[in-house]
Amino acid sequence: MNMESVYLAIPLASLFGAIVAGFFGKQIGRVGSHLVAISGVGISTLLSLIVLKDVVIDGAAIYNQSVYTWMISDGIRFEIGFLIDSLTALMMVVVSSVSLMVHIYTIGYMEDDDGYQRFFSYIALFTFSMLMLVMSNNFLQLFFGWEAVGLISYLLIGFWFKRETAIYANLKAFLVNRVGDFGFLLGIAVILGYTGSLDYYEVFDRADAMVTATIQVIPGLDWSVISLACILLFVGAMGKSAQVPLHVWLPDSMEGPTPISALIHAATMVTAGIFMVARMSPLFELSETALSVVLVIGATTAFFMGLIGIVQNDIKRVIAYSTLSQLGYMTVALGASAYSAAIFHLMTHAFFKALLFLAAGSVIIAMHHEQDIRKMGGLKKYMPITYWVFLIGSLSLIGFPGFAGFFSKDAIIEATHNADIPGAGYAYIMVLVGVFITAFYSFRLFFLVFHGEERMDAHTREHLHETRPVVTVPLILLAIPSVIIGWITIESVLFGGYFTSGARDAITILESHGAMAAVAETFHGPARFVAHGFSGLPLYLATAGVFSAWYIYLKNPSIAETAKQKFSFLYRLLDQKYYFDRFNEIFFAGGSRGIGQVLWRLGDALLIDGLLVNGSAKLVGWFSGIVRQVQTGYLNHYAFTMILGLILLLGWAVLG
Amino acid sequence: MTIGLSHYLILAAIMFSISIAGIVINRKNVIILLMSIELMLLAVNLNFIAFSHYLDDLAGQVFVFFILTVAAAEAAIGLAILVVLFRNKRSINIDDISELRG
Amino acid sequence: MIEAIVFYFFAVLSVTTATVVVTVRNPILAALFLVLTFFASAAIWMTLEAEFLAITLVLVYVGAVMVLFLFVVMMLDINIARMREGFSRVLPLGIVVAVIMLALMWSVVTSDIFSLEVMVKPAPRAADYSNTKALGGVLYTDYVFAFEVAAVILLVAIIAAISLTMRKRPQTRYQNPSDQMKVQKADRLRIVKMPSSGEES
Repeated sequence: MNMESVYLAIPLASLFGAIVAGFFGKQIGRVGSHLVAISGVGISTLLSLIVLKDVVIDGAAIYNQSVYTWMISDGIRFEIGFLIDSLTALMMVVVSSVSLMVHIYTIGYMEDDDGYQRFFSYIALFTFSMLMLVMSNNFLQLFFGWEAVGLISYLLIGFWFKRETAIYANLKAFLVNRVGDFGFLLGIAVILGYTGSLDYYEVFDRADAMVTATIQVIPGLDWSVISLACILLFVGAMGKSAQVPLHVWLPDSMEGPTPISALIHAATMVTAGIFMVARMSPLFELSETALSVVLVIGATTAFFMGLIGIVQNDIKRVIAYSTLSQLGYMTVALGASAYSAAIFHLMTHAFFKALLFLAAGSVIIAMHHEQDIRKMGGLKKYMPITYWVFLIGSLSLIGFPGFAGFFSKDAIIEATHNADIPGAGYAYIMVLVGVFITAFYSFRLFFLVFHGEERMDAHTREHLHETRPVVTVPLILLAIPSVIIGWITIESVLFGGYFTSGARDAITILESHGAMAAVAETFHGPARFVAHGFSGLPLYLATAGVFSAWYIYLKNPSIAETAKQKFSFLYRLLDQKYYFDRFNEIFFAGGSRGIGQVLWRLGDALLIDGLLVNGSAKLVGWFSGIVRQVQTGYLNHYAFTMILGLILLLGWAVLG
Repeated sequence: MTIGLSHYLILAAIMFSISIAGIVINRKNVIILLMSIELMLLAVNLNFIAFSHYLDDLAGQVFVFFILTVAAAEAAIGLAILVVLFRNKRSINIDDISELRG
Repeated sequence: MIEAIVFYFFAVLSVTTATVVVTVRNPILAALFLVLTFFASAAIWMTLEAEFLAITLVLVYVGAVMVLFLFVVMMLDINIARMREGFSRVLPLGIVVAVIMLALMWSVVTSDIFSLEVMVKPAPRAADYSNTKALGGVLYTDYVFAFEVAAVILLVAIIAAISLTMRKRPQTRYQNPSDQMKVQKADRLRIVKMPSSGEES
């Protein structure tokens, strides 16, 4: 089979589904729309699996070709092209398969929504954009995919555009992402300026030029170009992957439909930043400073966002903060040069977080779109399937030994422990305590939803029942990898040289950054890894977290109230999300409004309207008013003026 | 005591100045204005003829000839306009013909 | 010597009469004094051997233009009192303007380049010299096109003056010779057939 046409077909199949569902949704109806979108994404998934097999099992050579040259300007080629190596293949499978699950699930979740066809068009288009992003072999296409997924994220957060909160949430997501994208674009510009190319491999080959170069952004202060470029790129990743302080949009994005929260805001799009940094590992490896920044930001996000998750009462928001925290873990791994661990966690997280979100969606359907966990409880006996898959997801999330999340998370913690760049000590403590926090808020959610007394009203309780198979089947399908994918892939992905098997390494790690290598030395197969996990500190922390959640929220609920009273300052701090929103509101929004006011009053009203527009009109009027006095209409005045002119001319000629 | 060119030129200058003063002081009487213009042309003609004589060049006299022609035409048309004006306005006062005033 | 006396006499005459023209109350008097100014000027032109133009000035200006002026002035019923409004108020201004003008021109024309040493007075023409003939000699050769144009200008002036002042009076009866020539029998005479009345019936 000609692989090039396969590569082309993978994104285009999804695009086809999106176009048909989007433009001809009315003609082909609801069933037709979801059939065409699902079959498009299904083809993409199938072909991605073929590509993965081709790359992993058959050991196909790395494909790095451009398929279309958009333009050549001043020797810089703007192209669309594909780079297919082990990293890409893995991402393609994760993206397309989670997307497929979400597509199927959506049939059940959105069945009585007016925007059914529109929704399918959007998510198929999202799949296309995400595939373009991960398959790209150059920065231009990366940026295109980056912005396209951002756009669809915007459209889908505001999918229920009649809700005021949804409109504000998507506006917020869009604006915050602009900040990140600005940094990203600047980073690309720096790279283009110093290497003269947009192609990944060409840039990596010429990266050495940027190591020694310095740039003065602020006069008199020499900055290393590679550090500047990497940090700017990471600012983009901070926006997309919701790292502190650009994380504020992600919790609000839960205004969108739940399948979207699962697909875009948990499993795939938000990991684009992680993927991008991993893809740029040959650049990031060259800058200790950038890695340190990445590490510290990631650790901060991982810990502090998890803390907020404890006080949230919206089922989706708890999972959203958990996503933020897990993204922080991935970022920590990137900063510790454990890119493979980051990607590994990305993959396992994609499955178990999608599972958690979709299970939450299942609960929401059953509860008639009630999302407040204080009005739930005791759902176990009504929804057994959802109960069990939710438990699996939660166990995977807290890193219980044997589950998928355990392998990736433990690898990250170990790698951080072994890292020796500045900030690693801080990061290690943060991720370790983060384990306790994760377990605590996860099982708080779990216990409040599925155990304890039934706090919903009688009407809802009467109608409580397990959701339809179209919802539960994807849950089960996602539950399977959430359990086993870690066990079966850890050896090859992390330590088997999966990313270094090709002709060219997909992920580059310098010798001096030996965090991953140190972990590899102690690794002797997944079984031993699990056994080791049982004796490790993280497990005790997780168990402590689960137990405290059980004690506080099931056994003795008064403690929670007492604690809330006692530590009201702390509670308010968390409830207000560290006042990030308030700060942004006052400082950035207020500041912009202030600047706008000043510019409007001074620049627009006074300078342009008053001085330039009205002023020039008034000046002309004033001047003509004066000149009009000269035009008296009396003949003798004109005659006298002529004589005066004659005298002046004569005087000038004679005396001058 | 010979009469030189400057004598004639000074005479012409005096007559020109008188006509200028006439235009300024008779600012309401169109007929006197027209007469002042005739005077002015007469002063100019005197200059031409004086130069023609002292430079021994007939071109000066030819110019005077044409100026006389044009002055006659101008006087004829000017008076015709004056007649029409008086017919319409019953006045030739300049103050009464200020309809173009802005 | 006699030359100087003639010049000064006519110079003083023309300046005096010109001053009267611009200051006198009555337009008729002004016109008559203007005639005198033209006569004096013509005499000065004579001393400059421009006989043809001097005669023309008298004939055309005194004989035609000034008569036209007088005719118009007398025909129109002019309110002299209103014309003189503000006369004394602007008189100083007029004098100042005229003096400045004169001073400027004086400074030019009294310079040395117009003095007798530079501009030598030419010898008087021979007795049989004809200024008219000489002027005609250049006018019909070198300046013939300008001459034709001058003729056209005069024609235009005639037509303009007539068409401006002519007005149609609706009550005026006049003949149309063309219509009289083209008249037919039928226009004048209508034969009406009618049954005879009277004895026969």
